[in-house]
Amino acid sequence: MRIFLHILAISPALWLMWQGGLLYDFQDNMLTANPIKYIHHYTGEWAIRFLLLGLAITPLRQIIKWPNIIKYRRMIGLYAFFYVVLHLLNFVVLDYYFDWATILKEIIKRPAITFGMAAAVLLLPLALTSTKGWIRRLGKKWRRLHRVIYVIAPLAVIHNFMMVKADLFVPFIHLTILILLLGYRLAPKLGFSYTRG
Amino acid sequence: MLFKFLKSSDVKTCEITPEKTYMNRRIFMQDSARIGAGAASLAAFGGGLIGASPAMAAGRKLENITRSGRYDTDERQTSYKAVTSYNNFYEFGTGKEDPARYAHRLNVRPWTVKVDGHVDHPGDYDLDDLIRPHALEERIYRMRCVEAWSMVIPWVGIPLSDMIKRLSPTSKAKYIRFETLVDKKQMPGQKRRVIDWPYAEGLRMDEAMNPLTLMAVGLYGETLPNQNGAPLRLVVPWKYGFKGIKSIVRISFVSRKPNTSWQGLAAHEYGFYANVNPAVDHPRWTQANERRIGEFRRRDTLMFNGYGDEVAHMYAGMNLKKYY
Repeated sequence: MRIFLHILAISPALWLMWQGGLLYDFQDNMLTANPIKYIHHYTGEWAIRFLLLGLAITPLRQIIKWPNIIKYRRMIGLYAFFYVVLHLLNFVVLDYYFDWATILKEIIKRPAITFGMAAAVLLLPLALTSTKGWIRRLGKKWRRLHRVIYVIAPLAVIHNFMMVKADLFVPFIHLTILILLLGYRLAPKLGFSYTRG
Repeated sequence: MLFKFLKSSDVKTCEITPEKTYMNRRIFMQDSARIGAGAASLAAFGGGLIGASPAMAAGRKLENITRSGRYDTDERQTSYKAVTSYNNFYEFGTGKEDPARYAHRLNVRPWTVKVDGHVDHPGDYDLDDLIRPHALEERIYRMRCVEAWSMVIPWVGIPLSDMIKRLSPTSKAKYIRFETLVDKKQMPGQKRRVIDWPYAEGLRMDEAMNPLTLMAVGLYGETLPNQNGAPLRLVVPWKYGFKGIKSIVRISFVSRKPNTSWQGLAAHEYGFYANVNPAVDHPRWTQANERRIGEFRRRDTLMFNGYGDEVAHMYAGMNLKKYY
């Protein structure tokens, strides 16, 4: 099961590498005439999908009564981080080619990029403390720390919203899923009970 | 006078045509045949390397194209495949590849253009009647998209000024407004109201009369592929690409500044003038540089996209930060 999930989760990245290889070899590929922009959208898209999938684990294990699914949450979270790293590498290396002055200016000047960068920076400690050792060491604090995901996911979705030029269809889908997932958690606190159906 | 001048140069042009056309065909064929690794230079990076699509079957070859070269750039032309497969034409979908995928549904013949407003010769014109009285010219222009990418495209068309002179606007006409076809059946992207269809654009009359402003009917020596705005589109090379309205069905001569589609969508981001200006950023990204399609590193964006000599005088004294 675990290996199957790994293959599933890594395949978008493998596909990208395959297409990039074709491009590098001057062959037909799917990365469009503007591959850097394509890679940017593609990696960002997958990062958000994995973030939302990670948030879906808790509701899923309750709804479909599959408590063991929690075993895969860390993996999903780390894949979200993995795609965020690819997204950032593309931004820094391919898009701006280490032009740090411009990169910094863009991060500060453009709220959309500020939000995205904030989400990425906040995700880093979560990825670093995802090991068993850190979970043990941090104890109760670990849970509190990892609640930051409730800030990260909205930041990422807002970032997505703000970057899109005109067609908000996909960001709306992300937002809808996010609201459902967060709403599921908030509802009991507002007095709604799931058990009574 | 102008007309005569073009005629006199016809002979010379005819001598050049076969070779140039041959070269264009060659470029096209290189692109469509999957380029072998050795054949293409690194500049082809991402250029013509996209999967084939039905709408890309090249158009009809255009005859008697004059080439003065006066306004042409000698920069490397963007591959035919990139020009015809990476498009913003929301009428066919908002993805860059959607137009090439779906534009074959558009029927471009016969094509009628309604001319109305403050003009001596209003009416419903067949496309041929609008174009045929004038000499077709090739113009190799830079095209700078507002999304910070750019191309170099050999357009074929007629100067808009020639068409306007023949239609003869009255003194009340201060602006010209263009409109794109609305037809959900032919343009599936219009099923969703991404933009308040029809797509509309406009120019000030002096901008419309500027010798650079082109009504294009072709590129790379052939009729326009549908995804590039067939059969008739506007090309205004010193402005962001979205000013170049495609598949035009209406031309109106009006007295007041018309509203444009992108202003309607986000007026603070897309102005009426939309002149390429590296000093005025889009609120969400820098316009100081751009990526030329087929190149890796970004390059600096030029004021008026490098056409300052021809157009800067029209904006003398204007605050271009305010009139972006």
